[in-house]
Amino acid sequence: MDWRDHGILLSSRRHGETAAIIEVFTEGHGRHAGVVRGGTSRKIAPILQPGAQLDVLWRARLEEHIGSFQVEPLRSRAAAAFSGRLALAGLNTVVALLSFCLPEREPHPTIYRQTEQLLDLLGQDEVWPLAYLRWELALLDELGFGLDLSVCAVTGARERLIYVSPKSGRAVTAAGAGDWADRMLPLPPCLRGEGPAPDNEIAQAFATTGHFLENHLARGLGHKPLPEARARFIETFTRRI
Amino acid sequence: MSSTRDIDNLIELMAKLPGLGPRSARRAVLHLIRKRALLLTPLADQISVVAETARECLNCGNVGTADICDICESEKRATGELCVVEDVADLWAMERAGVFKGRYHVLGGTLSALDGVGPDDLRIPRLRDRVASEGITEVILALNATVDGQTTAHYIAEQLDGQVRLTSLAQGVPIGGELDYLDDGTITAALRARKEL
Repeated sequence: MDWRDHGILLSSRRHGETAAIIEVFTEGHGRHAGVVRGGTSRKIAPILQPGAQLDVLWRARLEEHIGSFQVEPLRSRAAAAFSGRLALAGLNTVVALLSFCLPEREPHPTIYRQTEQLLDLLGQDEVWPLAYLRWELALLDELGFGLDLSVCAVTGARERLIYVSPKSGRAVTAAGAGDWADRMLPLPPCLRGEGPAPDNEIAQAFATTGHFLENHLARGLGHKPLPEARARFIETFTRRI
Repeated sequence: MSSTRDIDNLIELMAKLPGLGPRSARRAVLHLIRKRALLLTPLADQISVVAETARECLNCGNVGTADICDICESEKRATGELCVVEDVADLWAMERAGVFKGRYHVLGGTLSALDGVGPDDLRIPRLRDRVASEGITEVILALNATVDGQTTAHYIAEQLDGQVRLTSLAQGVPIGGELDYLDDGTITAALRARKEL
């Protein structure tokens, strides 16, 4: 059996002397692994860099086999990623999080398209952190841990929402939080897609999404620790504030 | 069958070497046996010598037969330049070029989020010590132009920021390379690093 699709390369590992096992996030087949014969050769190895956009043809005798990929490069994002620390840290975070949390062979076309758009912005450091924040929200949403930031979970108010409940992921007003305010997570306007989104607000928003990634998403995956790449990205980003 | 057991064992071991499979290992062993005096005996002697003496340089991580390698021992190499490479094979490649006259530091790998390789798994703490104690004026980051290689380069640059001059190898069109055959990433990097003629 076989199929052909476009995909984003998440990782590549040496397999034996000449082959590589790659993991690709495809639109129609989700996160999918396969062997690339000659994947460590001088011709193919430079193509197999994380973030690369590939045209892949997967073949296997049975569906449950790992199978082999034939790859054609569509777009390399390495040059954009190498342009600066933030871009490189961002690329590492995106591929590490996708490898970490996406189930194998389950299509997620929405998050695929958003990932493609996000990676195409690599190197544009002024807009990338905010785009990445939106992507993290979309990832949480896609995997069943979406935040509801439209209305206060306690009072039903739609304005002056300044907190997020760490348990329910719903927005809360100052009045609604009451004595529990010190246990709430910050809800900066940029998290709701409002305002000019200065860097310090984005950093606050990362603390909130980070809580849900770590305590809800990762917990659902058997308490695996979040990839260190995310912490390194946040550290690189906060250094510029 | 038992009369060839030792030879079979040798073929099996040779087949584990990079670039050799069972068939090529058989050919190599047969060749060695035929050239016993010329090749087999000296090779066996040399392998046992190297097995006894080979070790990593305590200073830079290069492979040699002494605790401190020849490059680290040589006063002529104390130019103040330190070239950081990922692996011993990269150090040997730089030495083959014969252009660099300073000293090296072998990291022993690259940072990798997916494989769980962190700074403490590499010789990064030792690099910091060397920069502080050996009068280093420039650190050249000669790491591979891969995502992991460049991530490691940026990490080291952050660690040594302000202490020493930091440079990295240029990226672009290889000697003898034809633009038509280059990937778009290399062409982009080459264009960004263009120079006046």
